[in-house]
Amino acid sequence: MERVTTLAAAVRAPLTTERRHVAAVTFIVLGLINILVFGMLAHAGDAGFELSTAGSGIKIPVIRVPAATVCYVLGAVAIGLGVLRATVPLTRLGKRLAVAGVLVCFLLALLCWADAGAIPLNVIIIAQGTFTASIPLILGALAGCLCERSGVINIAIEGQLLFGAFTAAIVASAFGGLWVGLVAGSLAGGLVGLLLAVFAITFLMDQIVLGVVLNVLALGMTDYLYNRLMAQNPNYNTGSSFAALKIPGLAQIPVIGPIFFDSNVFLYITYIAVIGVQVAMFHTRWGLRVRAVGEHPTAADTVGIRVLWIRYRNVILGGLLAGIGGAFLTIGSVGIFNENISSGFGYIALAALIFGRWTPLGSLAAALLFGFCLQLAQVLPTVNPVLPAPIMDMTPYVATIIAVAGLVGKVRAPKADGQPYVKS
Amino acid sequence: MSDVPVDPMPAAPDPVPVTAAAEPGQPSETPGPAKSRARLTGAVIIQAITQGSSAVVTILAIFLALVVGGVLIVFSDPVVSRAWSSFFAVPGYTLGQTWHAVSFAYSQMFEGAILNPSTVSAAFHGGSIAAIFYPLSSTCAQATPLILTGLSVAIAFRAGLFNIGAAGQWVGGAAVATWLGFGVSLPPVIHVIVCVIGAFVGGAVIGWFVGLLKARTGAHEVIVTIMLNYVMYDLLQYLLSHPAMLQEPHQTNEIAPFPASDANLAHVGGPPPQVGVGFLIAVAAAIAVAWLLSRTTTGFQFRTVGASPSAARTAGINVERSWILVMLLAGGLAGLSAATVIQGTNTQLTFNSYGTYGPDGITVALLGRAKPIGVVLAGLLFGALHVGGTYVEAATLGQVPADIVEVLEGLIVLFVAAPALIRAVFRLRTTAGTGMEAVAKGWNG
Amino acid sequence: MKLELRGITKRFGSLVANDHIDMVVQPGEIRALLGENGAGKTTLMNVLYGLMQPDEGEILINDQPAHIKSPKDAISAGIGMVHQHFMLVPVFTVAENVTLGEEPISRLALPELNFGRLHVPRVSLPAAATDWLGLFDRRRARAAVRELSERFGLRVDPDAYVEDLPVGVQQRVEIIKALLRDASILVLDEPTAVLTPGETEDLFVIMRQLRDSGHSIIFISHKLKEVQAIADDITIIRRGKVVAERPPTTSDAELAALMVGRSVQLRVSKDAASPAGVVLDVRDLSVPGEHGDLAVQSISFDVRGGEILGIAGVQGNGQTELCEALMGLRPATGSVLLDGQEISAATTKDRLRAGIGYVPEDRQEDGLVGAFPVSDNLVLDVYDRPPYAAGIVMKPDEVRKAAARLVDEYDVRTSSVLTAAGTLSGGNQQKVVVARELSRPNKLLLASQPTRGLDVGSIEFVHSEIVKQRDRGIAVIIVSSELDEIYALSDRIAVMYEGKIVGMCSPDIPEQELGLLMAGATTANGQGNGSGPHRPGTDGPQPAVEMPADQAEPQAEELGSE
Repeated sequence: MERVTTLAAAVRAPLTTERRHVAAVTFIVLGLINILVFGMLAHAGDAGFELSTAGSGIKIPVIRVPAATVCYVLGAVAIGLGVLRATVPLTRLGKRLAVAGVLVCFLLALLCWADAGAIPLNVIIIAQGTFTASIPLILGALAGCLCERSGVINIAIEGQLLFGAFTAAIVASAFGGLWVGLVAGSLAGGLVGLLLAVFAITFLMDQIVLGVVLNVLALGMTDYLYNRLMAQNPNYNTGSSFAALKIPGLAQIPVIGPIFFDSNVFLYITYIAVIGVQVAMFHTRWGLRVRAVGEHPTAADTVGIRVLWIRYRNVILGGLLAGIGGAFLTIGSVGIFNENISSGFGYIALAALIFGRWTPLGSLAAALLFGFCLQLAQVLPTVNPVLPAPIMDMTPYVATIIAVAGLVGKVRAPKADGQPYVKS
Repeated sequence: MSDVPVDPMPAAPDPVPVTAAAEPGQPSETPGPAKSRARLTGAVIIQAITQGSSAVVTILAIFLALVVGGVLIVFSDPVVSRAWSSFFAVPGYTLGQTWHAVSFAYSQMFEGAILNPSTVSAAFHGGSIAAIFYPLSSTCAQATPLILTGLSVAIAFRAGLFNIGAAGQWVGGAAVATWLGFGVSLPPVIHVIVCVIGAFVGGAVIGWFVGLLKARTGAHEVIVTIMLNYVMYDLLQYLLSHPAMLQEPHQTNEIAPFPASDANLAHVGGPPPQVGVGFLIAVAAAIAVAWLLSRTTTGFQFRTVGASPSAARTAGINVERSWILVMLLAGGLAGLSAATVIQGTNTQLTFNSYGTYGPDGITVALLGRAKPIGVVLAGLLFGALHVGGTYVEAATLGQVPADIVEVLEGLIVLFVAAPALIRAVFRLRTTAGTGMEAVAKGWNG
Repeated sequence: MKLELRGITKRFGSLVANDHIDMVVQPGEIRALLGENGAGKTTLMNVLYGLMQPDEGEILINDQPAHIKSPKDAISAGIGMVHQHFMLVPVFTVAENVTLGEEPISRLALPELNFGRLHVPRVSLPAAATDWLGLFDRRRARAAVRELSERFGLRVDPDAYVEDLPVGVQQRVEIIKALLRDASILVLDEPTAVLTPGETEDLFVIMRQLRDSGHSIIFISHKLKEVQAIADDITIIRRGKVVAERPPTTSDAELAALMVGRSVQLRVSKDAASPAGVVLDVRDLSVPGEHGDLAVQSISFDVRGGEILGIAGVQGNGQTELCEALMGLRPATGSVLLDGQEISAATTKDRLRAGIGYVPEDRQEDGLVGAFPVSDNLVLDVYDRPPYAAGIVMKPDEVRKAAARLVDEYDVRTSSVLTAAGTLSGGNQQKVVVARELSRPNKLLLASQPTRGLDVGSIEFVHSEIVKQRDRGIAVIIVSSELDEIYALSDRIAVMYEGKIVGMCSPDIPEQELGLLMAGATTANGQGNGSGPHRPGTDGPQPAVEMPADQAEPQAEELGSE
């Protein structure tokens, strides 16, 4: 009998698709885009970056770099990381650093290409915009984190944002109090959370279907009420919003000051929430129990932890947070409510949660990335009019697809995520 | 509905309340002779009602949604809500006003969508007989694209995928149909056919891409389809802002030219808003999907993959290929939906033509329990709601905006998808569930 | 503590799972609860632990009625339970798992300070404040685990993640978890099902130690030998009723008869094998596992027509991965020849077509589609071939006809072929899978844990069907972690340990030696490590004399403390 030794790589067992190769290919493709698209197509000339705003005391000189050359270098670095990823087994931290590196290279190349030969980009303003734009994404992702760590899939973030945005606007307008609006927005998100909890936990409805249905319902409801109330009576949609709350002293620090300490209350709430959830989830009795419920509810039940109560509580808490994120969309930024104002942010928040591996800090990083893309879509067409606005508008969505398909790797959601718990 | 189970499932000995995923459900195949005999007996019908078969649950869900919708109508009617503030003083007046507002809204909806009694009496006095059927004809016309996007979501559902991307696929189909419609000259009949096929292909490509990503990288289809929707909206805007692409020449608006007249689908009931050939396409598509799912090996693969990917894989079924193929078909169906709109009502494609066909497709599919016949019925119901909603808005001078229909749709589906709630509200005895055969899979696949 | 169950009755619809069960457990006693699968043992224990409420009857602790409405009540009544499926969170550490629900909380305090003459005493936050904050005190959690594990000789690393621990150690974590809650009555539900014979011995040592320190233990099992070895007294239940109480000196035959209700054959009757040519030849097969390591490491073996190769081993030593790789469900390197044909690059479908029958380990997940009718499940891997389909058009009548025939032939108890397979009992579900896989013309039958969770009747049926296949000249591989099953069926036994075949032996190898191999003990004559082009013989290995029973321990510990 002839002995044949073959490499049975032809067998594609999909459950164990080689993440390594998917990631490496994605790295290399992004690197090639850096070189072939951004590098080759960049206008002649330098790209400039400004690091101070008009009002700040300390002036930092504008940084100028040769755009095309930098793009080539960044592309080479990304490709190098791709080769590294494919050939060398990396630790968990190494993999994440590699992803971060490739993304940074890609974004820097994008900026260089867009700004080549044009007026300098103001990095501070972009950063401010990024941190502001990502507020609803971060709060939405935190809401998802609270829900999903306890085992309830939350697709309804979108609906929570939307309903929160609507309620905050109408209450703030009707009662003339922004803080009342903030609280009302939060409660509205909590109400959607309560619906999610009742149907998912008590009535055992399929959670993904439920989330989508709740989003449809929130959209229909806000459209209806918008047309019924706001469109007919502008007093219900006055468009007032929180002013910036400059923190004395800290706001004067160059670069960091204007980004972190010169914003309205939503930014501070957001970062307090991120830190709070991160600490609570991973360093307290509370978090230990939540995670136990999301991973192995029966085990939690057998040591006397009330599984359903924890799920209810977390889903509603998540809703309250997402409601604040929704309130930001109206009374935290533009002020007025428009139909479908959340325009998919809830879904991007969900992607940020997954990309961030269900941790608050990871979600924060991912949400900032998507926020940056949102910001680019706004800024770049103004710097470089050649860039068509609709195409730039796609950036955050394309980035989400790339992240979910190419970079996330094998996701490991909480084990019991999406499974209703039924006592036998 | 051939699959309405009136089967009195014996109380399962298994004490564990079945979670949706492990639903034993009823066998989806055509009922045996014993069953059809049982259907005739009154006892079985009563049992179906008390135990809540899926048809009963659906009807009760619609009823409950109408009740909640009624509350919303009351809430937004200034006269009635003022009456409620003095409920204890004049309860009779309050209830009377409430009844009047709600019943007026719903009866107007009925007149607008199904049958207007005044047209019947008019016909007796020499009026047009066709006018009697005008509401129904409009309903069918409105239902056409919904049935097709509903089928798109439903077929993916049966293979265990949740296609939220019917909207994006619709845009893909619409763009191709429009371009073929005005940009290409072909002989009359052929032109229509080419456009319809083009729309199918345009949607199918988008769906295929989702399936491909899922199969190759494991990217969850819920996120990918949603993101692709936004990408397609932006792409549409881009295409409509360049005359070299889809923009009508000499326009500053984002709008495409009319499709050539020989690319339009023929009328059946009358000119739009009455029903056209598109409705026949939708019904034919439903029949084709039903046949595919229940009578072919491909359909068997889809259903097996949907019910249990791991069992399918163990049985030698190529799960990934099924995903790709089913998403391709789903996209194609959404593309057809676009064809029935663009070519059926001679519409210029604009940046927001996609409307709510995508999300409505989801609700239609869920209401129809992902079964083709159910999707057709659900599509007709929603078509009627749309027609009725517009009608009621006009009849109440905007007191009841047409958006109420969106809320009703959401509520109906919410209640339909949670049979446990309906049973609790109406005190039905619980039995083994009658939920979806396949449900969406969580992040861990 | 004395525990008494009085007239416990639990019904599920028309099924009576527990029928007026009376049982007394004295303090410091190991009481065995013997009964076969489905007899109602687990239900009874779930009632005792508050996971289910009895329809009738009461529980008395120290002669006082106890109201146990939830596990919390059971815990505070001093009852601890080690479930058959461990109640451990895999991604948590040992310390986190053990203290879950009883977490130690950091007492936040400002430290004592000394600045020369200035002395600031230690300031503690009020207890209410620290309780509200609820910061998890890892240090004290760790210390609690260490203390208990030293006191009862339950070695385990408090910082190891549970998912990295071998099952034997996980079980210890469960016991520590119960002890932390001051359990004086411990319920062990089928604790030996996942253990090697060596680990079982260790467990018995621990159990005796606990008994001697005054704990009562309820030991649930269906394994006669173990019950005889450890119990002080045996309660036997059958179909939900207590049928007898017997001392551990009772004979095998009597216990078996009481348990099953009739005299049982403990071994399948089969003639000697008459092996023909090699049907399956596996060379240097390596299979990557979930974490990038190799779950199966360069395995080589062959199976001949007309023989049954039993693959023994504790669960989780690469058997699952091996089966899936042989079926093309997992990528692998190396060569697999079926009747001389290289199939290592073939798809699952092609392998099924080439004549492999596959009974997967997890029938509910991989073997059946629960929502589908029995008829569809019976054609799940031949649905697209004649006579069930012509082209892409399926023929439901043919499917139903074939299903009716198979249901008859394999004695599947179902009301109709259109009944959803998920509603059948475990035994009948397995018969559906077996009927489907055996009704094709096979060259090789690969059956993984073919009788797990089945009652004795179904086990006998499945075993006899497997032997029939062998007698028809088909090559058969049985993967099982049940030694009884391995002995009952195998003509040759391969032992897997940590992804390698560590021994190839004849079925007359003594159970103790087989146990040592399963625990990874390398043998004196160096036959142990299955790597390399080692040609397996049929002679039994000669294990080193007097291998200390806990030889495998240090390795386990190392794994855990990673």
